[in-house]
Amino acid sequence: MSEMVLIFVGAALVNNVVLSQFYGLCPFLGVSKQIKTAASMGVAIIFVITIASAVCSVIYTYLLTPLDLQFLQTIVFILVIAGLVQFVEMFLKKNSPALFQALGVYLPLITTNCAVLGVALTNVQKEYSFVPSVVNGLGTSVGFTISIVILAGIRERMENNNIIAPLKGMPIVLFAAALMAIAFNGFAGLI
Amino acid sequence: MNEYKDRILNGIIKENPTFILILGMCPTLAVTTSAMNGVGMGLSTTAVLIFSNLLISLLRNIIPDKVRIPAYIVVIASLVTVVELVLKAYIPALYSALGLYIPLIVVNCIILGRAEAYASKSTPVLAVCDGIGMGLGFTIALTLIGILRELIGAGSFFGMNIMPSAYQPVAIFVKAPGAFIVLGGIIAVMNGLKIKNNSSKKVEGCSGDCCSCGSSDCSDAKKKK
Repeated sequence: MSEMVLIFVGAALVNNVVLSQFYGLCPFLGVSKQIKTAASMGVAIIFVITIASAVCSVIYTYLLTPLDLQFLQTIVFILVIAGLVQFVEMFLKKNSPALFQALGVYLPLITTNCAVLGVALTNVQKEYSFVPSVVNGLGTSVGFTISIVILAGIRERMENNNIIAPLKGMPIVLFAAALMAIAFNGFAGLI
Repeated sequence: MNEYKDRILNGIIKENPTFILILGMCPTLAVTTSAMNGVGMGLSTTAVLIFSNLLISLLRNIIPDKVRIPAYIVVIASLVTVVELVLKAYIPALYSALGLYIPLIVVNCIILGRAEAYASKSTPVLAVCDGIGMGLGFTIALTLIGILRELIGAGSFFGMNIMPSAYQPVAIFVKAPGAFIVLGGIIAVMNGLKIKNNSSKKVEGCSGDCCSCGSSDCSDAKKKK
């Protein structure tokens, strides 16, 4: 049990997926203008990454390894993730229209989020079995949500501030992210 | 001939994928801890980009419109696997330095973005030139960031110690925050130059959001220009 907690905390805070691993930077910078949309994106990511790490782990252990096809992992995983996102979208549309409304446009965008593929590949690389894989996926996506919501908060505050012209737009966001990354460095001694 | 040269220069300068279009941020920030890694990552991506542009341009009349994105992804993922295996066999040092970011070239939005926005609509030779231009633009950007981070963070240039011994390396620049600071600084400088010249308009690109890459309005914005 304590091992699972360690994996979770490690994935969520110490090796924060965006601020120290740089996976999923695109939505991190792109969809962080408002807290509300950032939180929706975060929830969608938690949903997809957790399911994707479970499915990819099963496929790797029970399909690719027995057939000695591990080198195909990249192709198989990206197709699984693309299919999965599509499937989750259809499932939610039919069974939970409210949630579908909330996640809406963010679901299809997740296919190109490298965090999803990154987690699946990390699980294989670290030789996690099924349960640790899911915990790692959950931790990673919670870490993503934490950081994107914080950044959105900072950006909402900056909205009305007087920023010098060359720093407007992307540069100031990157500097804010840098300060967040320094803060998250503080978690390094946690494990 | 000029047309081809234009395509290559377009990718390197006018539509530089990193500095102007702000695409493919993940590898840009993650692997540029040293100049050498930047070059390696840039060239691997260039190789994938050239061949994916070529293949997709050749297949553009065969792939049905409805399944084009999955088809592109399969093409790109196969090429990435080839590059991965080649690097593992011949340049193991670079392979271990770049690690997971090699398979992650699959989800680099530059590649899917160029496939959708350019290669699927043009002839193979032009598509290859576009791949070369974009790839080199990406490589140059990565190398530049890598050189800056390595110089400030470790006091060396391509692994050679060039700073005076009194120089204290600012270690944070080779760590995660340094990546954000350096890229933010470079874009700020470019913005500053743009404001000074006051001539060039802000390039629409994908509004700094790779998520929309490959979507129709992304490619439409490029077409209009």
